[in-house]
Amino acid sequence: MKALKSPFFWLILAFTAFFALFPLQGNNVTLRETLVLSAIYIILAANLNLMIGYTGYVNFGSIVFFGLGGYLTLWLVADHGWNVYLAVLLAGAVTSLLTLALGFGILRLRGAYFALATIGVNEAVKDFVSNYEPWGGSEGIFLPFSTYKAMGGAAHALWTVYFLIVMVMGASLLLSWYVKRSKFGLGLFAIREDEDAAIVLGVKAPTYKALAYSLSAFLPAVAGGLYFFKNGSVVPEEAFNLHLSIESIVMVMLGGQGTVTGPAVGAFLYERLRGLLLTTPSLSNFHLVIAGVLLLLIILFAPGGLMGWLYKRWPRVRGVLE
Amino acid sequence: MDGLLIGLVYGLAAIGLTLIFGVMDVVNLAHGAIIALGMFFLYLFFGAGLHPYLSLLPVAIVGFFLGVIVYQIAVRRIINGPPLMSLLATFAVSMIIVGIGTALWSTSPYNINFKVVTYTLGGYTVTSARLVSAVAAVLVTFGLYFFLYRTVLGKAVRAVANNREAAELMGIPSQQILAISFGIGTMLAMLSGALIATLFPFTILSGGVYELKSFVASVLGGLGNPTGALLGGIILGLIEGSVAPFIQVSWTNVIEFVIFVLILLFFPTGLFGGRR
Repeated sequence: MKALKSPFFWLILAFTAFFALFPLQGNNVTLRETLVLSAIYIILAANLNLMIGYTGYVNFGSIVFFGLGGYLTLWLVADHGWNVYLAVLLAGAVTSLLTLALGFGILRLRGAYFALATIGVNEAVKDFVSNYEPWGGSEGIFLPFSTYKAMGGAAHALWTVYFLIVMVMGASLLLSWYVKRSKFGLGLFAIREDEDAAIVLGVKAPTYKALAYSLSAFLPAVAGGLYFFKNGSVVPEEAFNLHLSIESIVMVMLGGQGTVTGPAVGAFLYERLRGLLLTTPSLSNFHLVIAGVLLLLIILFAPGGLMGWLYKRWPRVRGVLE
Repeated sequence: MDGLLIGLVYGLAAIGLTLIFGVMDVVNLAHGAIIALGMFFLYLFFGAGLHPYLSLLPVAIVGFFLGVIVYQIAVRRIINGPPLMSLLATFAVSMIIVGIGTALWSTSPYNINFKVVTYTLGGYTVTSARLVSAVAAVLVTFGLYFFLYRTVLGKAVRAVANNREAAELMGIPSQQILAISFGIGTMLAMLSGALIATLFPFTILSGGVYELKSFVASVLGGLGNPTGALLGGIILGLIEGSVAPFIQVSWTNVIEFVIFVLILLFFPTGLFGGRR
């Protein structure tokens, strides 16, 4: 196993273990709730990075995976009595397959056209779900409280789900890292740099793109399932919130697109910043403005994000933090 | 009939979007926020005692200068970068506008109250507000065409849209032309927002709906093609008008987005577009 020799592999594991163990100290539920949001953001950003950073296709509607995963999971659990573990896996697989099929279609579009189509897909799914009666229409799906009893009571179930979410976060980071080092990842980078040249050199661009798109859907869908299971309910406005989709892009850009560490760091920092802005009374009205200004500044002056800046400042960092 | 009139207003919004894309290949994601801003500026001028239709003029002027400022701050530096950058930059602008708007006016609905007359034309009932909005949209479109095809500045805009380097070699200051084009696109968005505000109640978040309608309309007509965008808007309005009696209103959005994605897939240059 070559992976075991890489310090970065162990870094990811250590980071994940830290997330899992830190709130266990003294059963700190408040800290856990903060970290769960960070973990979700990291999952969204890391997987979105597979498209934006690696393949160079801007997915504005990546939240559709998260929402669909949530809906499928809650539907399976609430209406069909599945256990949550199987339900999230199936939700992830179904979302991923649907995305693959969709990908072969809309990934023929390039640049801005693709970006617009992804917004369209998210809004279409959201409006569809809001009107789809078996999924509760605009009221959404609620979990009966008894579902948690089967998992040893609500308090216990919440901890279990937390560890699962942290595991998905670790898996997302490992996936980003693995794809980056694989031949598949090299193909994606080639598409990002120059798609036509990549095709000429033998990269099967349509297949690669669709696979990357579908791959970037699986873990967010699983995370969506776990997150909404934890919340006990899912409504269209929350599940397909385009804003969160865009915020994920901000996280990826903030940390540095195309790197493994960047999106995770960006997501973590963004969550902290957002929390700070929302809890400071004088600033809470302006959190959107500040996020916008931040995004604009990154784009205009530091398009490589934090990691880009680090790499430039200390080129040797590149060898350790991918 | 109502569909046609509303469609013209959608068309006007779509022209603003498509003009910017046609001239500088930038998809302006701040479009919706700017439409909403148009609604609120109309509300401000109306609140100051101006008649809504008289307020359109100051709204247009504000829109133009806002567009030039946005261009200079957010777009100018990244106009030659990858599309991701301009998408994100304009989206950042949208977040800023919506954020400030939410802080100023919250997200509760507003409306413009003024006297509306109802006419009956051969079995159709039309309100004066809709009629005036449609006529205003058509007039502004004619004005735009006059500007683009009958003035020197308009000719320069078309030259820059065609080939920026060549235009620059001919002595056209392309940065200024781009700023002006962005200003005009923004002005059209503000105007359409103001016209919509005379028809329906609005919130600072309403822009999103009309932004998506503008995208659908301009994609229907082929991105970058103003006539197409106007026709796309009319088609969109007619679809909305004609399906309304048969299905619930909430389903119209699903239909619109499905059309949008299908058109993007199968007619990426629009229904009337040739090759770009």
